[in-house]
Amino acid sequence: MPDARLWHRHSSRERLARFALSLAVLAAVMVSIRSVEVIPEFLLDAPEQVQDLLVRMWPINFGFYPDGVHDALVDTLHIATLGTLIAIALALPVGVLSARTLVRSRLINLAARLILVATRSVNSLIWALLFVAIFGPGALAGTLAIACRSIGFVGKLIGEALEEAEPGPIEALRAAGAPWLSVLLHGYWPQLAPTFWSVLLLRWDINIRESSVLGLVGAGGIGMALDTALNLFQWTRVSLILLSIFVIVIAAEIIVTQIRKRVL
Amino acid sequence: MLVGWIALATYVVMAGARLDFSIERFVVGLDNAQRFLDRMFPPEILQADSMVRGLVESLEISVLASCAGIALSLPLGVLAARNLMPAWVSWPARALIALCRSFHPVIVAILFVKAVGFGALAGILTLTVASVGFIGKLFAEAIEEISLKQVEAVRATGAPFASVLAYGVLPQVMSRFVGFATYQVDSNLRNSTMVGIVGAGGIGSTLFAAFQRFDYSFVCAILLAIIAMIMVGETLARLVRSILGIDARRSDA
Repeated sequence: MPDARLWHRHSSRERLARFALSLAVLAAVMVSIRSVEVIPEFLLDAPEQVQDLLVRMWPINFGFYPDGVHDALVDTLHIATLGTLIAIALALPVGVLSARTLVRSRLINLAARLILVATRSVNSLIWALLFVAIFGPGALAGTLAIACRSIGFVGKLIGEALEEAEPGPIEALRAAGAPWLSVLLHGYWPQLAPTFWSVLLLRWDINIRESSVLGLVGAGGIGMALDTALNLFQWTRVSLILLSIFVIVIAAEIIVTQIRKRVL
Repeated sequence: MLVGWIALATYVVMAGARLDFSIERFVVGLDNAQRFLDRMFPPEILQADSMVRGLVESLEISVLASCAGIALSLPLGVLAARNLMPAWVSWPARALIALCRSFHPVIVAILFVKAVGFGALAGILTLTVASVGFIGKLFAEAIEEISLKQVEAVRATGAPFASVLAYGVLPQVMSRFVGFATYQVDSNLRNSTMVGIVGAGGIGSTLFAAFQRFDYSFVCAILLAIIAMIMVGETLARLVRSILGIDARRSDA
């Protein structure tokens, strides 16, 4: 009898689900360990290889900086910024269409969501490969790759923020007979603005990181300089480029944190 | 307001000019895009075995990297929390996490490919580093936000540090940790499709090879497979969160 009244944190169904989950995770890990192709010899000499790499990279040769690194770095910043701007311009309408409270058509909602998921699932490097094939190597391909990858991220967060918007002011506007655009501008926008700016900053920060590698597939920016240096085995130049990427990524993060602290 | 728009327009024009954007290039590109899309559709699976192997390897990379990353970031996050550890412990741990975060996975992958050779191992190590950077940082921040009352209560009983951790700290942050971890599994799955481009295993290498052979219909098939795999992954992650009773809203970007 007391057994039946014993308190459990989870119902028996929940416990079963949790048990099944742990079992599934364990099985996935075991199967992966057994079937993944790893060559143990490669792992053994890894410390030597890493040491060799570091020795070759040291000392950092700052003499290369004016020689192609600086220009590529500035290009990277422009790619990230322009890409973010294009993404915002494209993501706003798609985000609006994906919000169920705003557009009352399941079909349009689903189509918009499909666009958001698809753009988000394809990595920016893969987008860059596609655009390099279309527009040829260069910053244009990189900018569009950054833009496309960001649509899903920005649009999803905007759509969610729109769905969560307080209905009071919107109903008031509708009741007063305001046209659709006015409802959007005066009812939704003031509520959306904080999310909008923070998403914009967050994505810009991420895009700085991403645009620094797009050049590896030929899409412009500092990645292209990195690729050249790697192919020429100029390891002291590689370390300079890695250092400069590190610096701009950290700088972008500091700028974003400061703006957030002061303004938002 | 108007000044802002003018400044924005000026920037766009100047940056566009610097990066050599022009209408002609765009128009020529659109023409290319037309041909490109014609060659992509209908998608066609040219080498089924290589595609399946790539997808499976991507899955394995993401599972193992997530597993290792989660296992490493749990202790590292605790070490990096400034409210539990003295400064001489937390600063090195924080520096390590910051180092893991600061480079894009592709760059880390290039270095690991040099260190351990081509193949899945480089991919696993890369994504492990990325996971430690992400989960470690957020977990340390979560621990720094906990209420210290429970910690003090456990300490007051004379409990050793391990018990303080197990009964005072972890119950407060475990659900958030699991939230970060499921998010990172998802993110690892996405990134495992990309590290192959620089030789670190997974479907990315199949994709890159197809690109270089201009097999665009196969490229299209691989892309669709990747999107499908990631959508399934997202659904699974949502299922896991609901089983564990974690609010999906916050950790689902």
